[in-house]
Amino acid sequence: MAIRIELPELQRLIAAGAQVVDALPQPEYRETHIPGAINVPIKSLDADTTAGLDRARAVVVYCHDYL
Amino acid sequence: MPGKADWRAHGLPVEGEHADLPTAGGVARDDVVTCRLDDPVGPIAERVAPSPYGFALVTTADGILLGRLRASVMRDAPAEATAEAIMEPGPTTVRADTLAADLAQRLTERDLKTAIVTTPEGRLIGVVTRTDLEASTA
Repeated sequence: MAIRIELPELQRLIAAGAQVVDALPQPEYRETHIPGAINVPIKSLDADTTAGLDRARAVVVYCHDYL
Repeated sequence: MPGKADWRAHGLPVEGEHADLPTAGGVARDDVVTCRLDDPVGPIAERVAPSPYGFALVTTADGILLGRLRASVMRDAPAEATAEAIMEPGPTTVRADTLAADLAQRLTERDLKTAIVTTPEGRLIGVVTRTDLEASTA
């Protein structure tokens, strides 16, 4: 289930081992991204591109303006 | 809730090719005169006179930017007029993660000396000057 979270919750989740996905285009990801985030651009988000994610751990997806 | 922009706006670390480049948030100064909507213009003008910016910013009590009061406009207004009555509502702002070099270029192209930096929610971070931006990228 997808929910929106606040910044402090994101920091807590990262500290607890959450997987962070940057959904921005690759050039933007290359410029800057949250430490440890992997890049899966929104337009390529599907079962194949997310197969490497661990379903047993929290996943946080962000773009430029929303977590 | 804002994402990467907000992460950077809060000064949190990032990785990537541009991670060490100066940004508007890193260069912004927090010394601009601020006031509330119902503050009288007279005392605001007195505080703006010695400031380096030539304007005051109107905010809510918790720092959300509402408008700008230019010294030139305050000079022509009655001292008892309120900030709300003569402010420019909703001034243009930039985000903290804007690269200093890009912002300096934009200000130069538009012949502007300053830019107002806010969080994605509109909370005032500070003001950047073109001089400071150019110095940060030198």
